[in-house]
Amino acid sequence: MAVVSTAVVGVAVVVLVPKAPGWKRVEASFFAGDVFADVFPGLLRAFWLDVKIFAWSAPCILALAMLIALARNVRSPALFPLRLLAALYTDVFRGVPVILTIYLIGFGIPGLGLERPWNSPLLWGSMALVLAYSAYVAEVFRAGIESVHEGQRAAARSLGMSSRQTMTSVVLPQAVRRVVPALMNDMISLQKDVALVSLIGPIELLRQADVDKSLNANFTPYVAAAMIFLAVTIPLTRLADYLLHRQRRRTGATAVA
Amino acid sequence: MNGNGVREVALPKVELRHVTKAFGERVVLDEFDLVVDDGEVVCLIGASGSGKSTVLRCINLLEPIDDGEIFLDGNDIAMPGLDPDPIRQRIGIVFQQFNLFPHRSVLDNVTMAPRKVLGRGKAESAASATVLLTRFGLRDKADAYPDQLSGGQQQRVAIVRALAMRPEVMLLDEITSSLDPELVGEVLDVVRELKREGMTMLIATHEMAFAREIADRVCFLHDGVLLESGRPSELFDRPQQERTRQFLARVTGVTAR
Ligand SMILES: Nc1ncnc2c1ncn2[C@@H]1O[C@H](COP(=O)(O)OP(=O)(O)OP(=O)(O)O)[C@@H](O)[C@H]1O
Ligand SMILES: [Mg+2]
Repeated sequence: MAVVSTAVVGVAVVVLVPKAPGWKRVEASFFAGDVFADVFPGLLRAFWLDVKIFAWSAPCILALAMLIALARNVRSPALFPLRLLAALYTDVFRGVPVILTIYLIGFGIPGLGLERPWNSPLLWGSMALVLAYSAYVAEVFRAGIESVHEGQRAAARSLGMSSRQTMTSVVLPQAVRRVVPALMNDMISLQKDVALVSLIGPIELLRQADVDKSLNANFTPYVAAAMIFLAVTIPLTRLADYLLHRQRRRTGATAVA
Repeated sequence: MNGNGVREVALPKVELRHVTKAFGERVVLDEFDLVVDDGEVVCLIGASGSGKSTVLRCINLLEPIDDGEIFLDGNDIAMPGLDPDPIRQRIGIVFQQFNLFPHRSVLDNVTMAPRKVLGRGKAESAASATVLLTRFGLRDKADAYPDQLSGGQQQRVAIVRALAMRPEVMLLDEITSSLDPELVGEVLDVVRELKREGMTMLIATHEMAFAREIADRVCFLHDGVLLESGRPSELFDRPQQERTRQFLARVTGVTAR
């Protein structure tokens, strides 16, 4: 049944859309085969920069987010200011649109007139991504930590384990396992938001597509760029869904969002 | 007895003096006194909410007390500022909900604290863990994960895990209350075995028949106060307090096993 209905809808789209009055114009400016063949290799090369930004930002995000989550979890009253600071951090960076963070940091800090390499928009753009995303990811980690039952902590502490040993050997392994699907989703968003860094200069995929669009007076480069993003994000999304599904089945519980 | 040649009355293994504990406004232990001698098995009985678990958790320093003193071999262990970890190593506790570490195998559950806290080697701790597991009929479960075990097996692993730290006192908090009736026996057998070895134990329980059988002394708690204590035959057959009589009438009427 699902197959039949999918086929019907598919055929309808293929047959009916080209019958629309403006289709010829749209086809010429969005699906021009020659423009596509022309710009595609250059776009792929530009995408390599997205991959690089992602590759160095993601580990920094995970590490910083973990530190913030741990800071939000400290129980000692003496360290309360740390806890407050971490809470403030997540509130601020989650409350500001990512793109604004990139503008403020990416234009602001190089504007201080620093020497190379400290004036690179690529560096500060990536930094802005790290700051913004670690606030989101910290909340994911924190939810994971809080989802570990208090009895686990009590059991570990009662055996004489320190609070640090309890965290690293008992709480975190369980917490991280639970949030893997949610982390995957954040990483997929990051993969897309890397393109925002282009707004402060670096020529990555989106920016390159912009340039190609102007040169060719044609929107096909955007379609090509979208296809490149999808080629990466769709498999990742499927993987994340699969992990989530497997986890639900295994624990019989809903994972932490 | 101590080493300076003077004969003294043997110190109690554990002693609580005027221990007061409140959660917010609610006073849960009110100037609570209790003495457990070396090698003695003491059962705590009383209605739900009377404070049995709280007594055990305070002794294990899982709950800070508001007032009073807790002595282990004559040393006050509840003084603020003391490092709780070395003290907890000497006191084992087993919980109603087992609280095994679900992400680690049975063997790892048992060896984790000896390795992390006492710095024992992997082979050494595995060897002593295997001896303990074998003794309690769990040898073939060493590589299993907690969720592959029955409740009775899980609880026996939890006991072995506590014993692996070679504690001087064991605190058992309703360790059979979340088990199916047919699994209760195997866990109680472990407790009998520990008594034969001369382990000092403080046991919170709803199993009156078991308390009568295993206890050297039974303590009846009511609203955070030790109302009455005595040998099982005294307390069960000739309770002095009206409250004790009411409680016993109620539970033996309902839970005749
Ligand atoms: N963490 C806590 N916060 C607030 N109140 C608590 C907490 N732990 C225990 N209490 C309260 O303290 C009282 C004594 O609880 P406790 O668990 O010691 O009773 P118990 O005798 O073990 O009962 P049960 O037989 O149900 O296990 C109860 O009224 C309980 O609600
Ligand atoms: Mg209790």
